Amino acid sequence: MKNSLSRLGAIVRKEVRQLRRDRLTFGMVVGLPIIQMLLFGYAINTDVRNLKTAFADEADTHLSREFIANLKQSQVADVRYRSSSPAELEELLRQGRISIGVHIPRDFDRRIVDRERAAVHLLVDGSDPTILSVANQLRSMPVGFDSTPPAADSVGAVEVRPYYNPERRTPVNIVPGLMGIILTMTMMLFTAVAIVRERERGNLELLINTPVSSAELMIGKVIPYILIGMLQLALILGVGDLLFNVPVRGSIVDLYLAASLFIAANLALGLLISTLASTQFQAMQMTVFILLPSILLSGFMFPFDGMPRFAQLLGELLPTTHFIRLTRGIMLREAGIVELYPAVIALAAFAAVALTLAASRFSKRLD
Amino acid sequence: MSEPCAIEARALSKHFGSLVAVDKLDLDVPRGRIYGFLGPNGCGKSTTIRMLCGLLTPTSGRATVLGIEVPGDAAALKARIGYMTQKFSLFGDMTNYENLQFIAEIYSYPRADRERRINELLERYDLADRRKQLAGTMSGGQKQRLALACAVLHKPDLLLLDEPTSAVDPQSRRDFWAKLFELAEAGTTILVSTHYMDEAERCHRLAILDRGVKVADGTPQELKENTGMHVVEVLADDPFAAQKLVDTVPGVVSVTQLGIRLRVLIPDSIEDPVERVAARLKQGNLAASATLSAAGLEDVFVAVTLKPERVAA
Ligand SMILES: Nc1ncnc2c1ncn2[C@@H]1O[C@H](COP(=O)(O)OP(=O)(O)OP(=O)(O)O)[C@@H](O)[C@H]1O
Ligand SMILES: [Mg+2]
Repeated sequence: MKNSLSRLGAIVRKEVRQLRRDRLTFGMVVGLPIIQMLLFGYAINTDVRNLKTAFADEADTHLSREFIANLKQSQVADVRYRSSSPAELEELLRQGRISIGVHIPRDFDRRIVDRERAAVHLLVDGSDPTILSVANQLRSMPVGFDSTPPAADSVGAVEVRPYYNPERRTPVNIVPGLMGIILTMTMMLFTAVAIVRERERGNLELLINTPVSSAELMIGKVIPYILIGMLQLALILGVGDLLFNVPVRGSIVDLYLAASLFIAANLALGLLISTLASTQFQAMQMTVFILLPSILLSGFMFPFDGMPRFAQLLGELLPTTHFIRLTRGIMLREAGIVELYPAVIALAAFAAVALTLAASRFSKRLD
Repeated sequence: MSEPCAIEARALSKHFGSLVAVDKLDLDVPRGRIYGFLGPNGCGKSTTIRMLCGLLTPTSGRATVLGIEVPGDAAALKARIGYMTQKFSLFGDMTNYENLQFIAEIYSYPRADRERRINELLERYDLADRRKQLAGTMSGGQKQRLALACAVLHKPDLLLLDEPTSAVDPQSRRDFWAKLFELAEAGTTILVSTHYMDEAERCHRLAILDRGVKVADGTPQELKENTGMHVVEVLADDPFAAQKLVDTVPGVVSVTQLGIRLRVLIPDSIEDPVERVAARLKQGNLAASATLSAAGLEDVFVAVTLKPERVAA
């Protein structure tokens, strides 16, 4: 047992050492999530200006007029109409004549002062993700007396109410989805390639002729990548929070639990690929074979509910689909991991099956 | 423990689909000896070695290595075997020191003694001033030394070396063999495959493999004495023409040119081999002399790996 642990440690140390020397891979570990986040995040966020806006100012105080003036100055909102009631705003929104409706309730001044409830309601056309993201930017707009800057921890003065389909393809939705895609890509590819490379270079022939067991070898190779997965997750969340204001509404612990399960599933899949591929190139091809549907059919690119039945069935077979359900649920809807148990079970089953298959195929023999 | 032989194989066979890579091989490798494995490319040397260390499952037959049945509970065996692969299989992106350290950890070499052992090996295998060099950047011979150092680190009872000196210059090869003799002296059994006759000559015993079949087995001396062939050496001004001529002498099974000399093999059932050859050379009006010569290992090798139809003719 003691020997087994020290052998495991030896494999892990070796792996980390090699990873550190492999500049490109190491760069990928850190660079890939960041670059992807920037690409996906900004491709959708940039150049959103002059959204058609209407407001209903039921308070009509000095403060509320100042807020409207600020809104006009921001260039984001192009204030076109003045309505008399929230109902009228909804009407305009439904007709597509405006993208944002600003409702300032009668007790606006009081709400600003005691900061218990949101002072302003933004009614947003959530069917367009860009708009929702812009509306989210508006949340940070300062409201209040010039002498009292809003406290950082207070309830935002502006509350955004995404209408119609709040869950769909919003920029906020991109990050939880992207998390799934990036982890799929790196976890599966890195493990598969790490093992196939050793076979290609002949290292495996040496390794399997030492007292190291298959389990020690597999686990030892996988541990560093679990850590890398966690690191990437932290990077994605960090960048998402810093640049795109993507919150984690639910429990971060739940999120990491879900991610662990997902990483396990992907690593198992990577191991399985490594037992099937005899060259790194083949391993890469197989990864792409799984990655592409993961991008297209998991609900990351297109809303899952809108996909044809057949595509949905395929999507259900991908761990990414289930993971994205988990991340969106936890991060956006504040759901607990327990509530989302079908996805958890699916991921666990996936990891178990892939690991069993991989372990049965991965023998300490060459034939 | 009384194990008469380090390796004992009986009717060991390995098929890859329809290809018979190793065919009913019997092998007895005595302890503490250097046992050579000689044979042309693809004759099954590596395949045999891989079966012996449990990397490949034999199609049929059985083998015991250090008294342990293979394949079987290989784990107990692995700790007592050192295996040097034909292809360099250490980690090119780690330094020599790190490679040795990794091997020491994998074999659970006593922690307290690790550092000393690694330094001792770096010293002995001439790698002391290269401890921080990446293994992948070393020359062929240096890599072989590192591979040997790694194979012997855990002080195995049996060393399986698969062509350890391919791509190594003669001087380094001599040094390498000096190390092997040291190890054998200390009690290690060594099975080494090779293509080099001079190396084969140094083995205590050797087996010659041809297309998966063991065609000869014995000490180099025994093999040379029992070729079943006369060896006639021909010295000729025009060895090329002489070769063509001698090739047509009835009974001649092989003519090999070495510079201006020809080595001619004739089965020893045939009388007056020298006279036969000389007569034919005279017929052809070639300035050449023929003398009877003692068989070298090269002749043994040629004799036992002859195509069967040639011998029958
Ligand atoms: N995994 C395999 N699948 C199919 N055929 C194989 C496999 N491994 C070896 N062979 C075949 O078995 C035969 C013996 O191969 P082996 O590697 O044992 O030869 P060798 O004596 O080591 O040759 P060399 O001197 O070139 O190293 C060859 O014909 C080879 O093509
Ligand atoms: Mg070989």
